[in-house]
Amino acid sequence: MSAEAKEILTVKEITKRFDDIQVLDRVSLQVKSGEVVVIVGPSGCGKSTFLRCLNALEDIQEGEVILDGEVINPTNSGLSKAREKIGMVFQSYELFPHKTVLQNLTLAPMKVKKVGKKEAEEEALKLLDRVGLLSKKDNYPRQLSGGQKQRVAIIRALMMHPEILLLDEITAALDPEMVREVLDVVLSLAAEGRTMMIVTHEMQFARAVADRMIFIDGGRIVEEGAPDDFFDRPKTDRLRKFLNSFSYESCGQTT
Amino acid sequence: MGFEVLLKGTNFIRLLSGLWVALRISLISVAISIFLGMILGILMTLKAPVIQAVSRIYLEFIRIMPQMVLLFLVYFGTTRVFNLNISAETSALIVFSLWGTAEMSDLVRGSLKSIPKIQYESSFSLGLNTYQTYVYVIVPQIVRRMIPLSINLITRMIKTTSLVMMIGIVEVLKVGQQIIEANRKSSPNAAFGVYLTVFLLYFLACWPIGRLAKYLEKKWAN
Amino acid sequence: MDLEVIYSYIPRFVEAFWLTLKIGWFGILIAFIVGILTAFAVHFKIPVLSKIAGIYIEIFRNTPLLVQLFFIYFGLPKLGIRVSAESCGAVGLGLLGGSYMAEAIRSGLDAISLAQTESALALGMKKTQVFKYIILPEAFSLSVPAIVANLIFLLKETSVFSAISLMDLMFTAKDLIGLYYDTTETLFLLVIFYLIMLLPVSLIGNAVEKKYRYRMLGQ
Repeated sequence: MSAEAKEILTVKEITKRFDDIQVLDRVSLQVKSGEVVVIVGPSGCGKSTFLRCLNALEDIQEGEVILDGEVINPTNSGLSKAREKIGMVFQSYELFPHKTVLQNLTLAPMKVKKVGKKEAEEEALKLLDRVGLLSKKDNYPRQLSGGQKQRVAIIRALMMHPEILLLDEITAALDPEMVREVLDVVLSLAAEGRTMMIVTHEMQFARAVADRMIFIDGGRIVEEGAPDDFFDRPKTDRLRKFLNSFSYESCGQTT
Repeated sequence: MGFEVLLKGTNFIRLLSGLWVALRISLISVAISIFLGMILGILMTLKAPVIQAVSRIYLEFIRIMPQMVLLFLVYFGTTRVFNLNISAETSALIVFSLWGTAEMSDLVRGSLKSIPKIQYESSFSLGLNTYQTYVYVIVPQIVRRMIPLSINLITRMIKTTSLVMMIGIVEVLKVGQQIIEANRKSSPNAAFGVYLTVFLLYFLACWPIGRLAKYLEKKWAN
Repeated sequence: MDLEVIYSYIPRFVEAFWLTLKIGWFGILIAFIVGILTAFAVHFKIPVLSKIAGIYIEIFRNTPLLVQLFFIYFGLPKLGIRVSAESCGAVGLGLLGGSYMAEAIRSGLDAISLAQTESALALGMKKTQVFKYIILPEAFSLSVPAIVANLIFLLKETSVFSAISLMDLMFTAKDLIGLYYDTTETLFLLVIFYLIMLLPVSLIGNAVEKKYRYRMLGQ
């Protein structure tokens, strides 16, 4: 990541309330081109909601989200334009069950971007090959394992050539042995310079992939920093406690 | 509008007793169906090829034939083939019991099969024997699934019993027809009021039962 | 059974068969249109219309077709609304079927998870595109078993048409039994003709259902 990389996404003081409950409290953030930002925090702290606010799956009460210098316009066509540029992958994959793997990949490019069928399929096949799923192109989602589904979901988002990719706990529903195959795909995307915002509970992976770490608790950004400082020298008590909850000490051993 | 006919003499009471004829036939048939359906349903889950084949044919035939055709087969057919002279009401009871048993047995079979094997296994591994497993673990789960479905069967049965007028049983629709005929001169519009009333009576008989089934289904969803 | 009697009855049954089938399929067409419209009204909670649709569904699901037909055919003319027996049969079947189709389609629509819609939106699709390419086809495939069951149910319900003096299969059978007492032959033909009407629908329905079950959500 070069120092003069331009900013892609700017979040200005966004506040989100569900009825009376304050979920996000004046959260601000800038993401530069090619940067990988990893967000961690306890369950229910608002980190998934934060991602969902960025592409307006949740409405916000205050503040604004600026993408490529333009404030996201909450009309139907304005949203659809913005969402083209923001790819998102969900915890529950959400492949379309009535379409084959290939059709899942080509649907949005063909309908939204009006890409020709042949062109879309060519690109889809290339991406499938890259994640090792070329042989599954004509299968239906129910015939795939969780890890395979999630890999398809990731390249489905890539098919739209997004400027930024949001990954919302994409390994949380997977069996442990499938986590690796999905995270490897994400690591390779980071290596080729994709801009990403990632919510995850996989701390080792976070440390490996992140350019910048963010800790959200109680709807606010409590701490942020480079991965090494973040994990080895946390500044706040809350982050220290949170990180501690991921380590185990063996029984009977006192340190 | 023709509603005034119903206030004359015992006309409305007659209509209600006509409804009772239909309700009685359906309630008796449902009782028989639940009993026989349980037995047949359990038999169908046993791995006995002959029973499975026979019950399959029975189920398919009963379910693909309109109940009206079944009524004709029993009412007109048995007299001819077996030289039996059975009354219209008995024919109706036979037909609706045959139909209800088919529906019920399929429900029983379905809910027995829907209990995952692991439920049996976890019960056995807790030390319960086969009998205890069925009594304390399996049957209570099946009953919860079955009760709303059986109640639904009652409403379907009530609606279907309206057909019995076609083989000459005097039930609510037939009574309505008689009332209209008898008052042709004094209330020429009776057909509107009387048939609308019959319509509403059926609705009032079926709707609460259907609601109850829906309520129980939701309550016992897990 | 007397084969000659059977041969001589066949033309009358064929005629009745076509009449039953014609009114039946016409009624089913009405049922589909009514069912789709009311299901949309209820699912999208369109003000006023969804209330009316809800009441309509409850009323027609909880009353027998025979009673509905009596009311339409004999009751409504007293208000000056007169319909031919054939239209009455089709409309009655259509209204009954509409309430059943509505339930089938609505439960399909309701079963699509919000997350599916969101993931399509996140890909940049517009709401109309999401509806057309994601929600509608998925809802349809989820509704297929119920729709097939309804088709068979509605075709069976045509057997009450004789009550409003339509010369359908039941009417023909009753007429012939009354005239000639060839009960066995008549009943045999009655069963055969209903099988001809219903078996193909049942078999095709099963095949279609299998195809869509294969494509449905994984376990």
